[in-house]
Amino acid sequence: MTSKLLAGAEIEVNDEGFFVDANQWTEDMATELAEECGVPTPLTEQHWTVLHYMRQEYFEKGTGPTVRKLGKSSGVSIKELYQLFPKGPAKLAARVAGIPKPRGCI
Amino acid sequence: MTVTSPAELDTSKKDTIEKVSIIISKGSLEESYPGLIMANGARAEGIEVNLFFTFFGLDAIHKDRHDHIKVATVGNPGLHIPTWAGGLPGVSALVTKKMEHQIEELDFPGIAEFVEMISDTGAGLYACLASVDLFGIKQEELIEQVDNIITVGEFYEMAGGGQIIFT
Repeated sequence: MTSKLLAGAEIEVNDEGFFVDANQWTEDMATELAEECGVPTPLTEQHWTVLHYMRQEYFEKGTGPTVRKLGKSSGVSIKELYQLFPKGPAKLAARVAGIPKPRGCI
Repeated sequence: MTVTSPAELDTSKKDTIEKVSIIISKGSLEESYPGLIMANGARAEGIEVNLFFTFFGLDAIHKDRHDHIKVATVGNPGLHIPTWAGGLPGVSALVTKKMEHQIEELDFPGIAEFVEMISDTGAGLYACLASVDLFGIKQEELIEQVDNIITVGEFYEMAGGGQIIFT
């Protein structure tokens, strides 16, 4: 675990760069986080739809959604998800949205 | 002995897999599903994926068959039922129905939906030319998501620089 400075705040992240405490996240950190993990910026409205959905699911269920769940329920299709987050939508959206990495095989 | 604390470990040098080519060669539910899970899971990790369907594995991309893929109940010790019982009429259909129900309960996709989804993730879907010829299958019998029918040589060329997984 390490801490780093994001939008002027000191944030705890794990070895893979995921937030340890989702409550430390604010929207103005998203662009910097996106750039860090190769998500195309500037973030679009669709990116934000996914990010907000990730956080909503995390706070409701205790874990972020898988790609399939995102494709079914976030309002963004799987094809679009891979355009928005080319190197893995659920994983990268979780990282940019400041929640832990979702666990799930499908 | 030197003990390195986790904080001192250099995670930036962790080995990664950038590309996998997964061969699906079997036509039963329990033998085609794992390859699909691996393909989908690889895409979810941002890994480049090619899926190569050969022999009975072609059923997973066959329009008329991909919705009717069954669990093999004969010669399948993992099911823990006697082989003679597995061969009785209707047993395969029953066991398949049960497994499909469990898959649905977990909100996992069926084979047909799963293959379509994997194509949407950007994975390449390919059919084996030798098997297509062997079974006399026409291109139009395969689902539209299939990118091409290719030779084994073309498969190896495509798999270059990555890992190959045979299932």
